[in-house]
Formats: sequence, structure tokens, C-alpha cells
Amino acid sequence: MKPIIEIQALTKQYADGYLALDDVSVQINAGEIIALLGPNGAGKTTLISIICGLTTITSGSVGIAGFDVVRDYRKARSIIGLVPQELTLEPFETVLGTVNLSRGLFGKKQDKAHIESTLRQLSLWDRRNTQIRELSGGTKRRVLIAKALSHDPKILFLDEPTAGVDVDMRRDTWTVIKDLKRRGVTIVLTTHYIEEAEEIADRVAVINSGKIILIEEKNELMKRLGTKQLRIELERPISEIPESLRGFDVQFENGGARLVYRYDANRKQNDVHSVLEILTAEHIAIKDVQTYQSSLEDIFVSLVAEGRSS
Amino acid sequence: MNIYAMRAIYHFEMARTFRAPLQSIASPVISTILYFVVFGSAIGSRMTMIDSVPYGVFIVPGLIMLTVIMQSVANASFGIYFPKYLGTIYEPLSAPISPWEMVIGYVGAATTKSIALGLIILAVSFLFVPITILHPFVMLLFLFITSFAFSLLGFIIGICARNFEQLNIVPTLILTPLVFLGGSFYSIKILPPIWQTITLFNPALYLISGFRWAFFGVSDVPVTLSLAAIGFFSILLFGIVSWIFSSGYRLRN
Repeated sequence: MKPIIEIQALTKQYADGYLALDDVSVQINAGEIIALLGPNGAGKTTLISIICGLTTITSGSVGIAGFDVVRDYRKARSIIGLVPQELTLEPFETVLGTVNLSRGLFGKKQDKAHIESTLRQLSLWDRRNTQIRELSGGTKRRVLIAKALSHDPKILFLDEPTAGVDVDMRRDTWTVIKDLKRRGVTIVLTTHYIEEAEEIADRVAVINSGKIILIEEKNELMKRLGTKQLRIELERPISEIPESLRGFDVQFENGGARLVYRYDANRKQNDVHSVLEILTAEHIAIKDVQTYQSSLEDIFVSLVAEGRSS
Repeated sequence: MNIYAMRAIYHFEMARTFRAPLQSIASPVISTILYFVVFGSAIGSRMTMIDSVPYGVFIVPGLIMLTVIMQSVANASFGIYFPKYLGTIYEPLSAPISPWEMVIGYVGAATTKSIALGLIILAVSFLFVPITILHPFVMLLFLFITSFAFSLLGFIIGICARNFEQLNIVPTLILTPLVFLGGSFYSIKILPPIWQTITLFNPALYLISGFRWAFFGVSDVPVTLSLAAIGFFSILLFGIVSWIFSSGYRLRN
């Protein structure tokens, strides 16, 4: 697939010496949804800000559909939409007024039909003449999305798009994002909600201390790094793991009332059956058995922890 | 050239004016009318003529300049500072527009508001004093250049300001004294020689003097010198704005 965003050896050092991005190189393909994960201060917002022209580059380059974001900034920016992290809107402007402003800023003639369709898609049409200050936080977030979509961008950056919105609104936002993907829009989103990345992303990039420490297909990543657990609740706590289970990756939890066996779910053969048989043979009564698939969040936490320790 | 962007910024800024007409239009007009009433009608009737012009009439160009200069700076500085304060500046900065297109949008709107205010005050002044304008086109030229140059100055102040207090420092502590002491209410010919010389270093003098010449054909300094001074001032401001945009100062991280 042809990359629509090409970031090469990008470094950003602020005036106070803080190194926000350190030699970052990433290619983002047209039409994909990529989630940028990382702890606070990792460099996610700086990366998006540089691509969108809000932050200057110390060294390296960023190309959008073949156009350099500094030299050919008009062509590069004209196909980009940005939904910022903060709810930054003029409080006294109406929804329609602010969305029309956005379309004009991006060099597009007013198009009532397109604006109406965008506002309807985001359930904002009925509130088009309402002043921004009268809207709830979640609705303001949707206005920001409407502004970013007002000029029909080919690439949409969403910086924490569902921060501070309720569960229903979050799911609505995901629906909008999935619909945009169907229409061929490339989506780059930063998020703290791993569940969000797990739900909608095609690829995941993990950024920590200004470096991309991993970028991979989400499903591949989960297959590769995902482990499964067998959680066995016991009728009565035991004081030590039976000798016959020592060869397995089994650990105590909950004061001996639970045994946790970790195994690779991708292996064709695993020893779940053997573990259960041994417990039966040892006359250890089982109250309940559960399996647990590690989530993207677990993977993310372990990757960041590895980064810190290395 | 991104015409749609310039138009969008311009309309957005003009709409801000019409959302608060009392503050944007009525307030400066009423303040200036009070000057007409107090200095023109009440005190003016007891003053001698200056350069053969009755005092109440003499102060009209100065009062218009006073309002135009202060409003140009206030409107333009607020126009760019408020989006910075709210964070909405991210949008024009990430849009496909050149810095100068942004300037035309923001400064153009502030200039339009100031010219409109100047003309409203001029129209109102006819109600209080009998005025004739000897050189109406020169008057309009001065009105335009002054509005534009001080809107540009306001734009620079708005970009540099870190808070609302800083936004008001230049207008309150520098511009107001300069305009008041630049001959808004008097001719510098009535000052002692040493103060006449000192006042020649006040840029506001050249604007007010040139504008007054357009009305009455009398001035403290030659009108060509006034035009040259405002021209130089504008070029200086263009230079500062260019530097701000090329360096990203207070705009981009």
C-alpha cells in the first residue's frame, strides 16, 4: 500500500533543550487507521503538531501525499483535518458559523449541502444555530470533529478524540471514524484508551520518550505478544504449588486461593489439560475455571515498562 | 492565494463586532461625543481660535485620530490574542494559508472597523460643530493608512502578549500619552520652543497634523512629512510582522 504520510528521521528539540521526538521515522498508509499509544509526554501530540504545521521541525522531514509540510505546506495541509485534544472553540460563535469558518480557512468555497451532511452525521444539525458556550463537553468534541471534516480531508488527525465523553458518545465517535475509513480517509489517532485502539485501529504505534518503540498490525501484535491465562479458583487455599506442577508456568494468587497458569494461545498444543489433570490427581478441589486473553493495554504497559527499564 | 481563507477570517472578525455592537461601536462613539460636548461646546466656546479655526472645530480631526488609533490597536490585538488565549489559533496555523493572508484577514477586519468608526464619529461631529473638509480624499487616505498601520501594530501586540494585562500595556502606557501629547487638543505652536522640539519626536504628531491639514489646510508639520512618517512607520511594522512569521515567535513552538 502506498504511504500517504512519510516521516523521516524527525527530531524535535524545544528551546529549553527538551527532546520531544528523537529520530522518528514512520510511514502511514492511505486508508488505514493507526493508533499512536504512549504515556503522557511521550511525544504523540508533538508528532501530530509537526505534521499539521503547529510546531517547527528541528531536523528530519514530513511528507504528506508527496508534499513536504514545510516547503509545500499549502498542498500538504489542504488534505489534512485536525481534531485537537483541548476543547478549543470560540464560545460566542454558533456551531454553523465555526464550521463554515473552518471550511473557508482550508480554501474551500462554502458548500451548504456538505456542511449539512457533516452536521447531520454528527447529530449536530439541530443545534447548528446554538452558541458553542451552551453545548456540553461531548457535543463540543463533535463540533471539533465537524470542523475538521468541513473541507473533506483525506487525512484526519484525532488527538484524544474521546477524552471526557460518555460511553455512548465514544461509541458514536468510533462509528464515525469507521465510516470515514470506509470512505477512504486515513486516520491517525492518539489515545489513552487502549480499548479504543483495540476496537478501531488497523495498526498500532507505541511511542515512548520521543521514540517509536513499536509499530505493527494490531492483530499481529496481539497474536505475537498476547498471552492467555487459565485462572483456577480453588475450594480451599493451598500453601504451596504441588511438585508435579513445578514444570509449568503456574503462580499463586489471592493467598493461595487461585492458581494462574500462563500459556501461549497460538501454540497448537498447550498444557491446559495436563494442568487440570494434575490438580485432580493431587485431590485439589476446583471451584471455578476462567481463561483470560491479555489486552492491548497489557501489551502497552509491558512495552512501556520495558522501555523504562532498558 | 487562499482567497476563501482571507474572506473567512475577515467575516469571522467582522461578525465579532456585530455580536457586541454596544462595546464595539456605541462605546467609542459615545466617548468621543463626550469630548465634543466638554471640550468643543462647553470649554471650546471660551477658547480663542487656533490657526483661524474655532477650537470646537479644531479638535475634531484629533479626536477622530485618537479613537481610530486606539480602536485599531484594540481590535487587532484582541482579534489575534483571543484565539491564542482560547487555543483556537491552532486552526489558522494548521490551515493552508500564508502568514500574509492571515494578516490581511485579521488586520483587514480591524482596519475596516476603525475606518467605519472614524466616519461615524465624523458624521456625529457635524451635529455639534460646523465642519468643512478641504481635502476629502487626503482625509480618507490618512484615515485608511492610520487605521491599517495601527491595526498592524495591534496585531503585533496581540501576538507578543502573554496575558490580558500585557495586551493593555502598550495602548494605555504608550499610545494614549503619545496621542494626547501629539496635538490632539492643541497646536504645538502654543508650546514653549523646547517642548515643540521634543514633540517632533512623537510619531502621533505627524498623523494628527496631516489629518488636520486634510480638514483645514493648516498643520504643525508639512503634510508630505506626515505621509513619509506614517509610510516609514508602516514599513517598520511590516518588517516586525515578517520577522514574527519567519521565526514563529509566540505562534509556533
